[in-house]
Amino acid sequence: MWAIIGIVLKIGVVVGLMQGTVAYLILVERKVAAYAQDRIGPNRAGRHLTLPFGIKINLPFGLLQPIADGAKMVLKEDVVPTYVDKPLYILAPMIAIIAATLGFAVVPFGPVGPGQVMQFQIAPGVDIGIVYVFAIGSLAVYGVVLAGYASNNKYSFLGGLRSSAQLISYEVPLGMSILGMVLLAGSLDLGKIMAWQDQHVWGIVAQPIGFLLFLVSGFAETNRLPFDLPESEQELVGGFHTEYSAMKFGMFFLGEYMHVITVSYLTVILFLGGWDFPGLSVEQTGLLSAILKVLVTAGKVSFMIFLIMWIRWTLPRFRYDQLMDLAWKSLVPLALVNLVATAGIIQLIRG
Amino acid sequence: MNANHPDLKRMTPPKLSLGDRLYVPQVIAGLAVTARHMAGVVFGDSAITVQYPEDQHIPSPNYRGVHRLNKDESGRVKCVACMLCSTACPAHCIDIVGTTAPETELWGDREKYPASFVIDELRCIFCGMCEEACPVEAIELTGLYDLTGLSREQMIFDKTKLLSVFDLTKDAEPMRYGSPPSRPTSSTELVRDSI
Repeated sequence: MWAIIGIVLKIGVVVGLMQGTVAYLILVERKVAAYAQDRIGPNRAGRHLTLPFGIKINLPFGLLQPIADGAKMVLKEDVVPTYVDKPLYILAPMIAIIAATLGFAVVPFGPVGPGQVMQFQIAPGVDIGIVYVFAIGSLAVYGVVLAGYASNNKYSFLGGLRSSAQLISYEVPLGMSILGMVLLAGSLDLGKIMAWQDQHVWGIVAQPIGFLLFLVSGFAETNRLPFDLPESEQELVGGFHTEYSAMKFGMFFLGEYMHVITVSYLTVILFLGGWDFPGLSVEQTGLLSAILKVLVTAGKVSFMIFLIMWIRWTLPRFRYDQLMDLAWKSLVPLALVNLVATAGIIQLIRG
Repeated sequence: MNANHPDLKRMTPPKLSLGDRLYVPQVIAGLAVTARHMAGVVFGDSAITVQYPEDQHIPSPNYRGVHRLNKDESGRVKCVACMLCSTACPAHCIDIVGTTAPETELWGDREKYPASFVIDELRCIFCGMCEEACPVEAIELTGLYDLTGLSREQMIFDKTKLLSVFDLTKDAEPMRYGSPPSRPTSSTELVRDSI
């Protein structure tokens, strides 16, 4: 009984934190965009603020911008065009956000394993771990594809088509890029992969090619630039979400940013050692070490999210044929070679 | 000209080096560029943003904003109602009603003057052709860019309003000519004079 309440509490806290983080990630994204383009970015919301009891404060960096953005999303008129396939049209953003939320269930955001104060994972001890994340992650494509199809609009449809082709292509190198780490750690459980990295080396050292492949495919999976072909503001006027407005549009973005968080967590867990940091080891089980580990992971994840945004404002979008070439002619063969080489070396060393 | 014409120059796409085809070195170079810009804004002072209502943007001297009708030294409107500007106007937004100048001391040297001079600022495309057409430098485009109004009627500027724009901007943007050129000049001569 208490266990169930504990899990429900954990889900509430984690999902709530995720949504809040996403709101602020949008502000961070806008700030990064502005800085990269020699601008200042949103800096008005929160200035000259009068709180109850006449307290006046001056929040810097437009810190209340997410509230303004959120209020705008909720209060805007929710236009549903008459020519859309209504059930699917309404279902699509739901799928996008549900898939993105579910994917986080097995992601450990702190230390997990027997003897720890607390399992920092919504569903601890799932043996298939990473496979579950990928399975749910590929469900998210239904959100985009159905949105494109249900919108009954040529641009949206093209966006949906591109999305399906892109995600199917990049699932392959994404899956294969992590197999090297899985072979090394001998487990699909993300907690065990982190423990292995603590005892040996970080995944980025052991599997540099795997890291690169995962990063590139991860970008494609999250529909972020340089792989945001389903969206393509310039050619497809927004692609799959052309016909969406108000909170339905917002839900797609919520889903996208949750995906970014999940992919960043996975990258950190698989290749950057997770909570591993000099002075922290898998043997420590105290509360203080647990908090430190959560913070270390969050720090690394913040850097990954920043990197993803940084790359978005640096690289132009791939052309469709270049995208397919990159996946099938470069990433897949490279992933195969990497996998065979890793397996061979492990076999030689372990005899 | 057919596809095999000898004058046609064939272009070949540049050969990419191995580093280019690997993407990674080029991506890192690109990241360095954006990092420099971000650092410039965060740690330095390289942001080009103008905090608009507090700070006002100063447009370049040849910016084409709201029109003004210039006055001469004795405060009369310089316009001689020759209709060249409204003829040149591609948007047909200038409407001039010219009359014979009164035979008083003040208007003695002038034949005509505009009884009414109306510009529909909503129709105007701010191309500056009126300014170029004017032989007496009477109509000019100023640097005022925040042209707003609450109704369409407010955006139709009559002579009084256009003259008041001159009063507003005459110090910031002095006329290029104190008085109209005494003899008809070609445009090339005008340019030489002003330099």
